[in-house]
Amino acid sequence: MKFSRLIWANLTRKKVRLLLTLGSFAVALFLFAFLAVVRDAFSRGGGIASANRLVTINRVSIIQSLPLSYRDKIQNIPGVQSVTHDNWFGAVYQDEKNFFPQFVIDPENQRKVYSELVVPDDQWGNFLKDRQGAIAGDSTAKRFGWKIGDRIPLKATAYGGGAWEFNLDGIYHGTRPGDDETQFWFQWDYFEERVPQSFKGQAGWYTVRLNSPDDALRVAKTIDADFANSPYETKTDTESAFAENWVKQFGNIELLILSIGSVVFFTLLLVTGNTMAISVRERTGELAILKAIGFRDGSVLFFVLAEALAIALVGGFVGLGLALLAIPILGQSMSGMLPPLVISKTMLATALGFALLVGMCSGLLPGIGAMRLRVVDALRRI
Amino acid sequence: MAIPVIYNFRSVKERWTSAIVAVLGIAGTVGVFVAMLALARGFRATLVSSGSYDNAIVMRAGATSEMMSGITLDTVKILQDEPGVARLEGQPMVTSEVVVVAPFPLRSTGTDANVQVRGVSANVLTVRKNVKIIEGRMFQPGLSELVVGRNATNTYAGLTLGNRVRFGGGEWSVVGVFDAGDSAFDSEAWCDSRVLDDVYKRPTNIFQSATLHLTSPDALQALKDAVSKDPRLDVDVAREVEYYAKQSQTFTRLITVLGGLVAAVMGIGAIFGALNTMYSAVSERGREIAVMRALGFGALAVVFSFLIEALLISFVGGAIGCVAVLPLNGFTTGTMNWQTFSHMAFAFRITPNLLAGGIIFALGMGVAGGLLPAIHAAMRPISSALRSL
Repeated sequence: MKFSRLIWANLTRKKVRLLLTLGSFAVALFLFAFLAVVRDAFSRGGGIASANRLVTINRVSIIQSLPLSYRDKIQNIPGVQSVTHDNWFGAVYQDEKNFFPQFVIDPENQRKVYSELVVPDDQWGNFLKDRQGAIAGDSTAKRFGWKIGDRIPLKATAYGGGAWEFNLDGIYHGTRPGDDETQFWFQWDYFEERVPQSFKGQAGWYTVRLNSPDDALRVAKTIDADFANSPYETKTDTESAFAENWVKQFGNIELLILSIGSVVFFTLLLVTGNTMAISVRERTGELAILKAIGFRDGSVLFFVLAEALAIALVGGFVGLGLALLAIPILGQSMSGMLPPLVISKTMLATALGFALLVGMCSGLLPGIGAMRLRVVDALRRI
Repeated sequence: MAIPVIYNFRSVKERWTSAIVAVLGIAGTVGVFVAMLALARGFRATLVSSGSYDNAIVMRAGATSEMMSGITLDTVKILQDEPGVARLEGQPMVTSEVVVVAPFPLRSTGTDANVQVRGVSANVLTVRKNVKIIEGRMFQPGLSELVVGRNATNTYAGLTLGNRVRFGGGEWSVVGVFDAGDSAFDSEAWCDSRVLDDVYKRPTNIFQSATLHLTSPDALQALKDAVSKDPRLDVDVAREVEYYAKQSQTFTRLITVLGGLVAAVMGIGAIFGALNTMYSAVSERGREIAVMRALGFGALAVVFSFLIEALLISFVGGAIGCVAVLPLNGFTTGTMNWQTFSHMAFAFRITPNLLAGGIIFALGMGVAGGLLPAIHAAMRPISSALRSL
């Protein structure tokens, strides 16, 4: 491009200002990326939940349990591929701050239902043989520096309390981005053996895997109808509906993040718009000379716009680059407080699009002003 | 000699467009900062105000919340006679309680939220003195009657006075509304614990917690000592306020960390904006500065003058940010309390301290954004600046 040197010279005329404007863009894009990722993390529950899974809980509430005998009855419903039962354990590892979800699992069916969470076969084999065995998600294992073979003490808060010890036999990984890698699983038999009588033979909830997602509504209705009017009525939902409902109880995080995001963008637009306006104003004389020596109005507008867009693009890249570096670290340090943070390509593209849009808007106003400039007036001012 | 402040006012007025940009940048940052902290404080205040200094809550040893705890009727009977427990007309002021959750739709979105339902003893109002019936009446022991908190009746559909609701396999009539002074209890529904046990098919002689009214706030230690010496008891005793303060930790920390992070990054952006404004102010006014220096104002006076200008801009920005979020004060929202899996309504709480914090934050940004340009202005050689006239 033959004018690139002119644009470059204009850009670098005030280096401090250039750096500051780039900085504002970078900061705004960094924040945008961070907020978008947090928002995603909260609303993802529904998104990554499998469409062919149902969750059955006690109709009364999530904290009431269901009899274990329901498993075989659910298994026999046509359309059900496999079913597994879980319990929430809620014990404390060293300190209450070190929260991670612990599930008592049914080793027989766990891998059939949650096929996306994979454990190497040899590790799984060791786990099956070990009554006090446990499997941890990769991110939790990394968080506490656990290695396979470690002995992990937990202090139970429910189920009669007491100290429990587990051997870490394996580490599971999610196969899709955003899969929850913070869980801690251990054997149903070990749990049953230790808890007081009143908790035996009870499952917290059932997770049902279907042959086809099309059966979801029918199977959910059949399950609930089968147990209607029993002492333990059920409520069955698709996993995504269940997760969404859970997330909604956190309150309107979407609104919170949208309002912060718009404040950030509005501020950014003002800052860059102002900078562009100042730099064009300072150069009134030069622009007039450009026009006097024969540059067209369109070219003048183009110079100004190109400058604004270049700043937007570079600033945007810097900000997103920083976000790519920082978000995994932030995600790790807030593990246990926030769902896993995942950076998606769509988010990056949207962010860059926004940056260009802001650059465009901020260049357009002073650019049009420069275009309309009457050479005589401008030169007279010099 | 100092440069008169009126000069700064006039020059801000002269370049109002860029001043407004800097002001709004700072206002936005301060607004987000104050709003996030107000959210965290509101949540914490709601939980903390649930507890009283002269009440003690007893749960099974090791339990971190009532949901996880369980104590037997025998334990409660032993506790009643421990030293430090207050008595009213010879009866111990103790309420032994059962806590469950029941799904009710939120009025705002129609989605189900887990409402905490608390089975209490009939004398609960004498133990929890911050709770008062404001409409209707107290439930009658033995009947399926509910009294609901003020927030609960406003937030969840169906929990209105005179209504009949179904949950947990029973039908209940709402006979009263209570005010618990904006505490977490305001989001709860209360009923007779024995009726709740019956409807939820729970064993009747197991409670989740007992709350004891103390003869005086200082009596807690005596009670703790007595309990720890008693071999029949395996329980934890905590002051009610401390128990609730602990429950608020996770959420408060999350919001404070998130809010602090966002405000810090936005603050950097706002400082860039302020720097830009001040630098262009300095470069546009190179001649003025040179003239002032030539007139005999010292370099320090110029630095001060520009700093004052930056502080002026940032103070206005901070004030606007604070005023803009002020309407949020008292705005009620809700979230899940992770410790109990139940939904709780709470209000943003903006305190004078928080506003002062916002202004200080703004002034800090002003100094960070104004100092370098001010020094830059004062360092420029007078002769060359005047030559460019």
